[in-house]
Amino acid sequence: MLMQIKKIFKFNGGVHPDGNKAESTHLPIARLPIPKKLVLPLRQHVGNIAKLKVKIGDHVLKGQMIAEADGNISASIHAPTSGKIIKISEEVVPHPSGLPDFCLTLEPDFKDQWIEKKSIQWKKLDSATLIQTLTHSGIVGLGGAVFPTHMKLKINKTQSINTLVINAAECEPFITCDDMLIRERADEIIQGALITQSILNAKHCMIGIEDNKIEAFQSLTKAAKKTSIEIKVVPTIYPSGDAKRLIYLLMGIEVPKEKRSIDLGIQVFNVATVAAIYRYIELGEPSINRIVTVTGNVKTPQNYEVLFGTPLPELIKNADGKETKIDKFIMGGPMMGFDLPSINVPVTKAMNCVIGSSPELFLPPKPVMPCIRCARCADACPVYLQPQELYWFSKSSQLEKAIDYNLFDCIECGCCTYVCPSNIPLVQFYRYAKSEIIAEEKAKEAANTARERNEFRLSRIEREKKERAERNAQKALGAQEKQATDEKKLAISDAIKRVKKNQQENIKNKNE
Amino acid sequence: MITALLVMILLAILLGLVLGYSAIKFKVDGDPMVARIDAILPQTQCGQCGYPGCKPYATAIAKGEADINQCPPGGDAGAKALAELMGVEFKPLNEEHGIQKPKSVALIDESTCIGCTLCIQACPVDAILGAAKQMHTIISSECTGCELCLPPCPVDCITMEPILESSETWKWKYPIYNIEKIGKV
Ligand code: SF4
Ligand code: SF4
Ligand code: SF4
Ligand code: SF4
Repeated sequence: MLMQIKKIFKFNGGVHPDGNKAESTHLPIARLPIPKKLVLPLRQHVGNIAKLKVKIGDHVLKGQMIAEADGNISASIHAPTSGKIIKISEEVVPHPSGLPDFCLTLEPDFKDQWIEKKSIQWKKLDSATLIQTLTHSGIVGLGGAVFPTHMKLKINKTQSINTLVINAAECEPFITCDDMLIRERADEIIQGALITQSILNAKHCMIGIEDNKIEAFQSLTKAAKKTSIEIKVVPTIYPSGDAKRLIYLLMGIEVPKEKRSIDLGIQVFNVATVAAIYRYIELGEPSINRIVTVTGNVKTPQNYEVLFGTPLPELIKNADGKETKIDKFIMGGPMMGFDLPSINVPVTKAMNCVIGSSPELFLPPKPVMPCIRCARCADACPVYLQPQELYWFSKSSQLEKAIDYNLFDCIECGCCTYVCPSNIPLVQFYRYAKSEIIAEEKAKEAANTARERNEFRLSRIEREKKERAERNAQKALGAQEKQATDEKKLAISDAIKRVKKNQQENIKNKNE
Repeated sequence: MITALLVMILLAILLGLVLGYSAIKFKVDGDPMVARIDAILPQTQCGQCGYPGCKPYATAIAKGEADINQCPPGGDAGAKALAELMGVEFKPLNEEHGIQKPKSVALIDESTCIGCTLCIQACPVDAILGAAKQMHTIISSECTGCELCLPPCPVDCITMEPILESSETWKWKYPIYNIEKIGKV
């Protein structure tokens, strides 16, 4: 074997599903022609929906910001090509709910005219300035988590980063977009890693890659030759690509459940994300496209470089998907992905893979049988949870108990479901329980605000009542005073009258 | 012997001081039971329970004057939680007070509104904005759906709209794939 596995630390559990990766790595990354229209959801990331910066009829250039990050946890959206904004509407987006969300529709002018691209002299700038510029880059975690990247670069004063880990594990079956990116553009990744390392001020940089990607490993090694970046091979075991699992594999460091890796001086970025950082900083190109694996029941499984907003049918057409039987499309891999609600959705920042599914490829679910408490799920769980207990509590809606059994530590990797001999769709129950709990929390918060607002209103009414009473009392007092002064005035005018009368009489008397 | 006695006396004085101090320092304001009951109530402030708001109902329950199943927005689940807290037997919602409806928010038809301010005076959470003779509008994120603004409106321009599911409020319920047979085509 070419690659030498240095000392690695094996985590608990994990599974070995068939990779199905070879199919989509025969051909190089292809570029899709510019489609007739692009549909760009304003929410393609974790956090606040982006704020519109354009209106219908505006002409935009390639790379121009068309929606701006709203607050810290949010990401900007840029025009993937030049053209005209023709619609702002709610459209179906690639989300398991199948519900529509706000989208911009761009009609390309096929000139593909860039904005003025400016490279950034990152070696001369400090981290804070670079992070500030990156908030306008639109870059989010391209491994699928879509968390705004600039937020992951921010470090508070008490923390310091020792090791930057670049995640090239790509453990989920069928997906090969990172593999192909590394094979073809390892230089960009290494450059991006160096920039990221410098922003984080990290002492070490380490790339973790599974031992089933020999070609990618070779090109990485070649590209990293003159740098201090270490490339470490990890065994092929699902879910090695989960950040905490990868950290353990590489360094033997276990991140405690209540902590984040950053608290231990480790930050993890996906390969495609650091390549995007390179393109933004060195070439001045914001995040406008990504590599998507199109595989499964299509004639030519392949990776494509696709503009965000490209309608999925265009992509499928290019992979000759129409000619085979496909009953649905899966976004992401078979372990953690979900069924797309419709094929008429746009490609987004989160879309790493689309699998054309058919009943032959993924057999319909077998009948579910009762849990026999064999604990195979617990053996497979990489987070040391007890999936059978979580299942029981989620199923019977004992949500508090589920929380006690660390439901929220579950990474939804699906290892438990994979090994369960009773065919129980365990993860489905955890997702259900988690969203129930989150909804309950939200309802509690809303009730608390309602209580506060009601109390505020009652105290305001009380205060107004008191003020009115005081005002009335004041008025009554004023009336009394007025009466008093009136009497005085009367007395004075009487006196004056009297004096005048006397004077007149005096004059009269004198005259006489 | 004497030292032992002294130590014990000193200890007694010390502990007494600590207890006395904490009794003052950590004094609980109001009836803690009322607060705990109030925490379970949905805070819709609709008055369907027969009391002018959630807090008064909570006070009545704590005093043993009201039953635990009079709050329609809380429904059976709310009654269950109250029964558990009070250590009494669960009773389903008393429908004399109303039935549980899907959560809704009020919507003012702004073209019909005459700006009479009557709805503002009725809203228990100040969720309505407007001034005399100006069109009024509802801050839907603050509206509890209590329906108290409906009867006072002289032109009947307020309606209750059920909250539809959006991608933000959506909850998981989908099955996942049979992943056991990956690749065994
Ligand atoms: S693997 Fe399945 S049957 Fe076995 S304990 Fe876990 S949930 Fe129960
Ligand atoms: S889905 Fe959750 S419970 Fe199941 S193996 Fe993965 S982490 Fe453990
Ligand atoms: S019925 Fe329920 S929500 Fe309405 S005021 Fe009474 S306790 Fe509050
Ligand atoms: S707007 Fe109407 S329904 Fe909403 S809280 Fe106020 S009074 Fe109740």
